[in-house]
Amino acid sequence: MTAMNDAIIFENVSKFYGEVLGVNRVTLNIPPGVTTLVGPNGSGKTTLMNLMTGLVQPSSGHVSVLGLTHVDADRFFRQVGYCTQFDSFPRRLTGWQFLLDSLLLHGMSEGDALRLADEALQRVRLGNAASHRIESYSKGMRQKIRLAQAIAHHPHVLVLDEPLNGLDPMARAESLGLFQELSRLGMHLVISSHILDEVDRISDRVVLITGGYIVAEGDIHQVRREVRDKPMQVLIRCDQPELLASRMFTSNHCVEARLHADGKGVFLRTADVDEFYRLLNQIAVEGLVTIEAVAPADDDTLAIYQYLIGSDGSPS
Amino acid sequence: MKTERMAAFAKSVLGQPWGLWWLQARRLVRIELRRNLFSWKAWWIYFLAFAPTAILLIHLLFETHPAFLLTDDTNVLAGIVQFYYIRLGVFFGCLSIFSRLIRGEMVERSLHYFLLAPVRREVLLLAKFAAGSLSALLLFGSAMIADFALVYAGFGAAGQEYVFSGPGLSQIEAYLAIIVLACLGYGAVFLLLSMLLRNPTPAAMLVLAWEAINPVMPSVLQKISVVSYLRHLMPITIPGQGIFALLTVQTEPVAGWEAAIGLLALIAVVLAFSCFRIRRLEIRYTTE
Repeated sequence: MTAMNDAIIFENVSKFYGEVLGVNRVTLNIPPGVTTLVGPNGSGKTTLMNLMTGLVQPSSGHVSVLGLTHVDADRFFRQVGYCTQFDSFPRRLTGWQFLLDSLLLHGMSEGDALRLADEALQRVRLGNAASHRIESYSKGMRQKIRLAQAIAHHPHVLVLDEPLNGLDPMARAESLGLFQELSRLGMHLVISSHILDEVDRISDRVVLITGGYIVAEGDIHQVRREVRDKPMQVLIRCDQPELLASRMFTSNHCVEARLHADGKGVFLRTADVDEFYRLLNQIAVEGLVTIEAVAPADDDTLAIYQYLIGSDGSPS
Repeated sequence: MKTERMAAFAKSVLGQPWGLWWLQARRLVRIELRRNLFSWKAWWIYFLAFAPTAILLIHLLFETHPAFLLTDDTNVLAGIVQFYYIRLGVFFGCLSIFSRLIRGEMVERSLHYFLLAPVRREVLLLAKFAAGSLSALLLFGSAMIADFALVYAGFGAAGQEYVFSGPGLSQIEAYLAIIVLACLGYGAVFLLLSMLLRNPTPAAMLVLAWEAINPVMPSVLQKISVVSYLRHLMPITIPGQGIFALLTVQTEPVAGWEAAIGLLALIAVVLAFSCFRIRRLEIRYTTE
């Protein structure tokens, strides 16, 4: 396949490590934007990323990124940057040398390599430490230099395996801001992370994986709608939450109500979203309650993760 | 039809980005040379290369060198090349250098940075091989030249006469050719072994044993041996006695150029298979 396209494509891909299943029969088509891989440890997230970048090869099936495969390394790795989870580096290198060595292998001039290395270091805010040896870096700084190496050559696809690990809250926020910025530039970002609530804010779509199988994928709201066996939770901000809750409970589909901590809203859980909104409209028209805002309260990644995978997604 | 296919093949070969590959290979060699020659782990290789040099220096400084001993010292130098450098020094030096190029990086968990660079894996492998060869040649080649100079420096005018007007220069040329071929030959073998096996050292010991028993093998099997080719290039052959007899290869007589081409062909085959293997190499550090 040589024609350029703008998707990352897995076609019926399986990977076995001996008798151990890595991933099984994965078929995915990932468009540009931010895609989050969500799943417990050992679910196959890193295997998917390694398959994408050729660090492991499929036992069956075919993977392509923008129409290219890793075999065509000259072109493939100009388009792809991969920030792995491996917390290791070539010995005795400073951050600068590490970036320069990496960029020079692209075949660019030393001047261009210096410029891009400097730009990447500025982007991850590691400027001052770059002249020190990587062995002396903290975990967060090592994470940053790996990220700098992955983005330095301006790839179109950025694969990030647990990129927020080891970062303090400020650095996390900076990294998320950087990911959003890169996404706005039209890049593919494929991110795996345990810090779901933070990644969730920038994700366009999620891929939920467990035991090597894809259990759901797509736009987060769409995925939530597909989980029909779990009642959906909605937050309604209004002036009389108790009255609203009692009214809603006259209908059978409403299964749970919980007042918001500030007393100016109520969380309602319903097994029939269509009927729920019909009744809510009716209450609003009747003027019994002044409704200020209505918003789904559990169509974030964490909630979906809990519903589908049965864990809270916190680091283990 | 055949001509058209040939033309298409030639066009395809010429259309490859050779300039880029050459640039990438040069940069990879630079990175590897830095790591091979300027790391504390390299002390062992420096020791293997320069141990005879140190001994010869002591010999030069503390012993007299009457002219009638020149032939004896020439034989000593030939013995150092035949029994030490070829069989032990270059062997273990190359084992250390070449097994680190791929396997060492897997153990240190840094190989993925190379596999994620826009460098064809074949270019990566051949550049690493070139860097390993250059490292080994720099160390063992310079040690060989130093050994040669130290052996004849003590003989004054007689030594100068032997080197510049006698067979000296052709001998050092032959020794250097042997060192070059030994480094390339062992290097190719150990690079492949390090890709096939997690710990290439036991296999290297088998190679050492194979090289020792190779002379008693049928002539077709003798061709699968680095030492058997090098033996034919020695300018002076020292017959082995006692334990050294095990290390002395007695092969069927072969012309020097045939031996050199034979060994280069063996190296080419091993490298071609290594290129095939590296295309299928996977990063699974947890199994290291």
